[in-house]
Amino acid sequence: MKPLLIRGGRVIDPASRLDRTADVLLADGKVAEVGARVAAPDGAEVLDAKGCIVAPGFVDLHVHLREPGREDVETIATGARAAAAGGFTSVCAMPNTDPVTDNQAAVGFIVSQARRAGTARVYPIGAVSLGQRGEQLAEFGELVGAGAVAVSDDGRPVATAHLMRTALEYALTFGIPVIDHCEDVSLSSGGAMHEGLVSTRLGLKGIPRSAEDVIVARDLQLAELTGGHVHLAHCSTAGAVAMVRTAKSRGVRVTAEVTPHHFALTDAACAGYDTHAKMNPPLREAADVAALRDGLADGTIDCIATDHAPHHYDAKEQEFDNAPFGVVGLETALGVAMTELVEGGVLDLPALVHRLATRPAEIAHLPAGTLAKGAAGDVVVFDPAAAWTVDPARFFSKSRNTPFAGRKLKGVVRWTVVGGAVVHRAGDAPAASAGR
Amino acid sequence: MSAARLGKDLLGLEHLTADDIRLILDVAEPFKEISERAIKKVPVLRGKTIVNLFFEASTRTRISFEFAEKRLSADTVNVGSTGSSVVKGETLVDTARNLEAMRIDMVVMRHPSSGAAQFLAQRIESNVINAGDGKHEHPTQGLLDLLTIRDRRPIAGTKVCIVGDVLHSRVARSNIWGLLKLGAEVAVCGPQTLLPLGIGELGVTVFRRVEEAIEWADVLNVLRLQLERMQAGYVPSTREYYRVFGVTLERLEKAPRDLLIMHPGPMNRGVEIDSRVADGPHAVILDQVTNGVAVRMAVLYLLAGGRPELAESAKGAPER
Repeated sequence: MKPLLIRGGRVIDPASRLDRTADVLLADGKVAEVGARVAAPDGAEVLDAKGCIVAPGFVDLHVHLREPGREDVETIATGARAAAAGGFTSVCAMPNTDPVTDNQAAVGFIVSQARRAGTARVYPIGAVSLGQRGEQLAEFGELVGAGAVAVSDDGRPVATAHLMRTALEYALTFGIPVIDHCEDVSLSSGGAMHEGLVSTRLGLKGIPRSAEDVIVARDLQLAELTGGHVHLAHCSTAGAVAMVRTAKSRGVRVTAEVTPHHFALTDAACAGYDTHAKMNPPLREAADVAALRDGLADGTIDCIATDHAPHHYDAKEQEFDNAPFGVVGLETALGVAMTELVEGGVLDLPALVHRLATRPAEIAHLPAGTLAKGAAGDVVVFDPAAAWTVDPARFFSKSRNTPFAGRKLKGVVRWTVVGGAVVHRAGDAPAASAGR
Repeated sequence: MSAARLGKDLLGLEHLTADDIRLILDVAEPFKEISERAIKKVPVLRGKTIVNLFFEASTRTRISFEFAEKRLSADTVNVGSTGSSVVKGETLVDTARNLEAMRIDMVVMRHPSSGAAQFLAQRIESNVINAGDGKHEHPTQGLLDLLTIRDRRPIAGTKVCIVGDVLHSRVARSNIWGLLKLGAEVAVCGPQTLLPLGIGELGVTVFRRVEEAIEWADVLNVLRLQLERMQAGYVPSTREYYRVFGVTLERLEKAPRDLLIMHPGPMNRGVEIDSRVADGPHAVILDQVTNGVAVRMAVLYLLAGGRPELAESAKGAPER
């Protein structure tokens, strides 16, 4: 593999406390040198990163790649390619596939499919319980041995307090986080959107904030009891942010993520019964958005994760009640975060890189998220000032279900580099056959 | 001209203006008389084809629409959810495309999902009339309720309380929008389990006890309590509901004034309403049904492009 020299960009690597104009040399798949005026070795490809940010490749702790089971809406290959287009070099695949990723063979399948795809790295997340049925613990040891980096029953909550307690305790042996989708299904059952004035007007059954908050409270108590590491997926409420903040101040081992759609949109997006605004947890209200942004700013919310959830267009072309929850997010995350958080004055660029790369890599203990010498050669180069308009027809993902279609966003990925090799260049277009 | 004014469809009352609503009620007035004739048929919609698409059981609304259509001489087809392609798994979007391909003029739809009428309207050229979508709106019911009140007193300033399961009620939502736009004072009353969050922010008063509502109101619109609400745990039993929230003669006798009693039907006698009240002198429940046909004629006429000022002469002489 020929060396790669990324020249003249603003290098931001929070893990090395680095933020200055520099060159980054990648060789043998690793970061070989970061410094001013690095000479190009013979045969090196040189990327001119002037005016761009050079950062550790982004890490997404929460994607649904749908393979095995729903290869018609996404595969590991198309999902990993979409990740690369969005500047992500590592993504963690949730286990709610068909069949469920609840055994070492299933984990191994994802690892081998990802290796074959050869773009962004894909780390499997194993199920907490067999079949995600909420009854019996999955074999965490075998899952981790095969390559899983965390466990979760995402798509649904860890079913009972007892199961959560034992999962947190058992996971201590392997040093992995237990990721929970916080939803009390007895409160959310049948709900289609946030419970509030908009759901009242639209006549849609609401999902109250408390459906999330009561499980967040449960999980924080159990993390405190057990000393286990709980990671809260897709926080959506002001209450969750406040509880995480106080739990952290008590030293509870909790980390938390927020999705771009939850910090960018409110339940008003559901007006007109737009099924692209239907996700779980649902889009909340302005006060929640403000709390989520405050949480990102002060570090209560550790990281940004997309909850990339591809669906076939037929599935979203339905009555709101009947449409599935979820939106794709890999290819819009940087643009939405740049526009809403950086332009919006919530985070500066180093903090954004921390929330998109450094911190999520730490949470799942991934060999990623830094440009320190010897680290994996996973890099994103993006132009923070370039503007673009979201056109779902140009997605590398097989699915198009985004609430951001037509949005003008700032921040364009120029190059994504994995293991020292360029896996995405601005202007790359998906094969026409991938379109749907 | 009038069609442009109401738009292509009637999906709800929330997005209509007070003038739009008054226009429909005014046009309904001359149409009332058609149903009183010996031969109840005028050629206003001759040659128009209308599909009544009912994905949910309905007796009153479906028959009322059908009479309105037939009395205006439209050609109508009824499709129910049983025995149709819906039970074979056809999606709503495919149903819509197939209707469109048959070049129909109007669709009247009842559907269990909120927003289904809008979904259909955005996908076909034909006029769409919402005959009830989930828990969202039931605009022609709202209009016929307004007409029934207006037959007896000016709507502006009248105090109307909607009693019962507002949470699951499309009738309640259409009534609230229509009444507020025409200047009525509106309240809701029921157990908090059956009142939607933030309902007060729409501009309505909330009463927790039916006695307070009765003391306040000029008109009670009593909603049906669906029996499945007990299973879902919203209220403990029909007996307790009647005891606490039932509109009974004893409660009404304590009211400072005579109240007009309305009910969209079908009634559960002895659950939300006392038979002595339903059959009493102040109940206008059957007048609502009669007005339903006239209001639906008016809506059909206006959406088909009929000019409001010509409604009287459009009726013409009875067909012979």
